[in-house]
Amino acid sequence: MVHAIATLLIFQLAGETLARLAGLPVPGPVLGLILLLLVFALRGAVPEALHRVSSAILRHLSLLFVPAGVGLVLQVARIRAEWEAIGAALVGSTALTLLVTAAVFRLLARRQLRNAP
Amino acid sequence: MTSSMPARLDDIWVYLSAQPLLWLAATLAAYLLGDWLYRRSGERAAVNAVAIAIMLLIGLLELTGTGYAQYFEGAQFVHFMLGPAVVALAVPLYHNRKAIRQALLPIAAALAAGALTAVVSALVIAHALGASSETLASLAPKSATAPIAMGVAERIGGLPSLTAGLVILTGILGAVFATPLLGAFGIREPKATGFALGLTSHGIGTARAFQVDESAGAFAAIALALTGLALALLAPPLTVLFR
Repeated sequence: MVHAIATLLIFQLAGETLARLAGLPVPGPVLGLILLLLVFALRGAVPEALHRVSSAILRHLSLLFVPAGVGLVLQVARIRAEWEAIGAALVGSTALTLLVTAAVFRLLARRQLRNAP
Repeated sequence: MTSSMPARLDDIWVYLSAQPLLWLAATLAAYLLGDWLYRRSGERAAVNAVAIAIMLLIGLLELTGTGYAQYFEGAQFVHFMLGPAVVALAVPLYHNRKAIRQALLPIAAALAAGALTAVVSALVIAHALGASSETLASLAPKSATAPIAMGVAERIGGLPSLTAGLVILTGILGAVFATPLLGAFGIREPKATGFALGLTSHGIGTARAFQVDESAGAFAAIALALTGLALALLAPPLTVLFR
């Protein structure tokens, strides 16, 4: 388990370093994700312990954003001042994104089925 | 806390409130309570564990007159795990590689169209209604999973705590309205529905997709990870256009 946690931390560290060295606007952990994916592809497998630890963390992914969410108390004034823009953007964008994504996916999945031999 | 309390309890409070232990434990307890209520409700997307935990904790901070900085002394240990959690997404992504390869074209096209729509539509609507540039930068990555969205927001001049709230609200909205909305447009295919849920509403949408069926859940998980990557790349340059 220690090995698996160390692996995640080391890949995050590598990602953070790479992001800063290359001046990329991508968060360090995202680069860490890509690097780890490359290593999996090269090795052709995911170590069992890493699989267990990752599943455990991802099962409670939502817990991890509670502390930041509580930070909303610092944003009360801004939300009160801009609630129309924020509310309309959330509702409008969520509905549009759902529709566009599902429609494009279905269109191409059907075309692929039709063209399949 | 209050003057009616015995002196000893007061002393204990003074000691505990200065330690990380209290608010770390409170964060976990609030989440567990939220999760319990969610399961008690029959796993309804509107009864969101994170939203409940956040409201509870904000109420507690108000009640006890505790500042956010002091709260965060304890909560930072949970917050820290966001980074390793993003790296851990490599595991489900690798395990789903066969499904990804088989549906490569629909996935790539829906990812590009969906990620662009998520960012551009939010920016256009908020910009038209006069949102400030910090608010725009906080809104742009709202469809990405929270740790990625917060990292992106921070890098482009947004407010990570505002983004965290917007991400959660986007998650709940998508999870509650996806099936009725898509159904009204005649879209009922589980894979398309699942992918749209994961792309739009990240982890909260993925949990909803698993209730639709197993294949919807798998495609939501794929979309969750890919959208995080896509928005990390797309949101910064697009946000700059609206400054």
